[in-house]
Amino acid sequence: MITLLDNPIPIPGGLKLNANKQQSLRSPIKKARIPELLTVPLSQHIGNPAEVVVKVGEQVGKGQIIAEASGFISASVHAPTSGTVTAIDNFFVPHPSGLKNRCIQIKPDGEDRWYERHELANPFILDPYDIRQRVLDAGIVGMGGAGFPVASKCSAGLANTVELVLLNAAECEPFISCDEALMKERPEEVIEGLRVMRHALQAKQSVIGIEDNMPEAAECLQNYLDSIDETDIQIIKVPSLYPEGGEKQLIYSLTGLEIPNTELPIDHGIICHNVGTSAAVYRAAKFNEALISRIITITGAGITEPQNLDVLIGTPVADLVEQCGGYSDKIDRLLMGGPMMGFTLQTDALPVIKTTNCILATSQQETPQPEPATACIRCGKCAEVCPAGLLPQQLYWHAHARDFEKTEAFNLFDCIECGCCAYVCPSHIPLVQYYRFAKAEIREARDVKQRADIARERHEARDARLVREKQELAERRAKHKKAAATRKDGSDPKKDAIKAAVERAKARKSALKPNPESNREPSSESSPNSGNQV
Amino acid sequence: MEFSRYSSPHLPTANHLSTMMRDVMLALIPGIVAMFWYFGWGVIINLLLTCSTALLAEAAILMLRKRAVVSTLYDGTALITGLLLGLALPVMAPWWIPVIGTLFAIVVAKQLYGGLGYNPFNPAMVGFVVLIISFPLQMTQWTAPRGVGIELLSLSESLGIIFANVLPAGHTIDSITMATPLDNVKTRFGVFDTWSEITAGSLFGSLAGKGWEMINVCYLFGGIWLLYRKVIRWQIPVAMLGALFIMSNPFFAADSDSFASPIFHLFSGATMLGAFFIATDPVSACTTKKGQLYFGAGIGILIYIIRTWGGYPDGVAFAVLLMNMAAPTIDYYTQPRVFGHARADNDEEEPSE
Repeated sequence: MITLLDNPIPIPGGLKLNANKQQSLRSPIKKARIPELLTVPLSQHIGNPAEVVVKVGEQVGKGQIIAEASGFISASVHAPTSGTVTAIDNFFVPHPSGLKNRCIQIKPDGEDRWYERHELANPFILDPYDIRQRVLDAGIVGMGGAGFPVASKCSAGLANTVELVLLNAAECEPFISCDEALMKERPEEVIEGLRVMRHALQAKQSVIGIEDNMPEAAECLQNYLDSIDETDIQIIKVPSLYPEGGEKQLIYSLTGLEIPNTELPIDHGIICHNVGTSAAVYRAAKFNEALISRIITITGAGITEPQNLDVLIGTPVADLVEQCGGYSDKIDRLLMGGPMMGFTLQTDALPVIKTTNCILATSQQETPQPEPATACIRCGKCAEVCPAGLLPQQLYWHAHARDFEKTEAFNLFDCIECGCCAYVCPSHIPLVQYYRFAKAEIREARDVKQRADIARERHEARDARLVREKQELAERRAKHKKAAATRKDGSDPKKDAIKAAVERAKARKSALKPNPESNREPSSESSPNSGNQV
Repeated sequence: MEFSRYSSPHLPTANHLSTMMRDVMLALIPGIVAMFWYFGWGVIINLLLTCSTALLAEAAILMLRKRAVVSTLYDGTALITGLLLGLALPVMAPWWIPVIGTLFAIVVAKQLYGGLGYNPFNPAMVGFVVLIISFPLQMTQWTAPRGVGIELLSLSESLGIIFANVLPAGHTIDSITMATPLDNVKTRFGVFDTWSEITAGSLFGSLAGKGWEMINVCYLFGGIWLLYRKVIRWQIPVAMLGALFIMSNPFFAADSDSFASPIFHLFSGATMLGAFFIATDPVSACTTKKGQLYFGAGIGILIYIIRTWGGYPDGVAFAVLLMNMAAPTIDYYTQPRVFGHARADNDEEEPSE
């Protein structure tokens, strides 16, 4: 039984940041137009990339599967609109690495024709496994940013007792308002999605955790709950504090439970989903719709008309910016995601993906050039704001010295890279970069070690096998030799009998006719040099 | 359109080293003004000597090390070292005293260890200890504060003493210098005078020594402002002052004739300067919250021990340096509990992702 706290508690550490949501919330969500070319990456989620199931030149319908989930943790990819597959190749994808990855390009035919879509009057008649199958077929991933395949979470939920299904509506990172817009304009999708999940997971409690700086959104959700007489879903306001929207942070705020980095919420009977994910689950259950579009906040001082757009996955960023009045003359930096954890895009030709919640085009003022880093003075401001309770100054010290064992001893892998430490650092040290570097080095070393271990084990196994084989051979030989030796010892009764008979005959012969030559014959026969005669 | 790439987080940073150091300097102003009021021009001359030496020495070493000179000087840390050392020195000490002390602080204690952030010991206190060990005579000649002995010396008289070793007409070195309250207490306890006899003397005010008590009060106010500005944390000063107070209490309660009062300890010598401005130097102090409590308490206890039973009248510098030495070990054993971990554990088993 999960006990919810009477009053949600603030997370440890954290930052009070200007929300900056109002810029993009002035107008309602607008449906973005279909672009001329869609570029849909095969890997928009955590886990294995999807496997292509279409060919270049093939006609696809809206929502048709174009790449299939492969393995347990993976998600399918669907055609965002009807059109022709024009290329299956490596293209630049929105990823912090800035590298290319496998994508399917589709030239829309403009008809926006559904492949298949059925409305189900009552999705609650579906049994939990059907719902999971629909979620799996719809290629839904966590839309809060991490992109964990939802069907995998569902499977874990079906295998365990789910005490609490929690909707994460904290949306704590500045500038991002897509969740808030969704809750205000489509509360039914959010709530019905939660009800579907509650039904599928047989969850005992359902809660929506929302930051207290979004009272209107909370009210919209509550109004919908009232309109359907749903009383078993609680909307709980949590203190607005970055990074409240981290899954484990939100759970802590609501329940006081600290989920260690080695465990998942489901180990404690909790399943947590973003509100956008909930809406996608609803559409999958109700209409059998795949995840082919999402709401994205296009904002920042670099955008002329900041707003929320309902966008087809695979639409180029430039297309969206154009629909928001283009760049303003203040444009300096282009980010995917928020200003704390988002990453910069090298070009606006990149497509948006399932986990893209925000396109942030900032001015110099909003995101100035990083100031030159100076020495760490160990002031400890970083430790005060770290939501994981780490000592960032010590992690930095050891990462800087490339003493990675020490960074692990200081729990480097508990770092969620929220950026609070770097934000408060008076020496302007890019701390998160150091931690990413250390993590990458450690992972690489582990990988190398693992491969070396496997190679060594195989080598040792081979050596052992060779020794064993040699031994066995020697043993076999020894056995044969022994057998042969025993035979030579004259234990062979047949030979003995023949020999005896021959001797008896000779004796008879010599007895009959004494011959001086005959004496030589038997003696030579028994002499040790007899082998020479053979 | 093409864009430059940067690493997250992207928001402008909230704090700046130079702002923090500027705040420390501002917080020192009440104390400096009080020092000037009670001890006259010698204070200003000391500060000018230490600060200019600090900046020049830092610039010279930075040039030798081929580091950015102007931007590094601008961080204000060399200036702080100069200010702290200048405030700790006797006001009429010959000019080479502040110069040598500052040179040692900046060149040896700070830059030879790698500059800002890498010095294990508080540079100003290293400079002070070098001086007090090498030049004990010059380092114990304090002039009398205003209202206790003779009139304060004029600017030209001060310059004469400091730079030319020329005493004003009609004065001997003994007529212008006087034991500090801490010195006085130590000497008189040595000849078995009682606490009440000692404090009845003209040197003493309502809290501690005349002049010194006000100077300490000013540092206390500056320190509180630093706490308010979040430049320093409360742990070190509170633990240090608390430990000094608690340490002195039972002795004073048991034998109020032969031990100084807790209040006297709090408002004498470099107590407040040490608590808020010296022990809180983040580079050489502990960095964990719990560690800072131990660190501060250790300094408080050591100050009491040195003042009461040690060879020197004040013990802030030695206490700080001794605890600087212990800081890395204390930090190691006082790591905070990590979110989701059962308890703080130094030898964490294989962490996983």
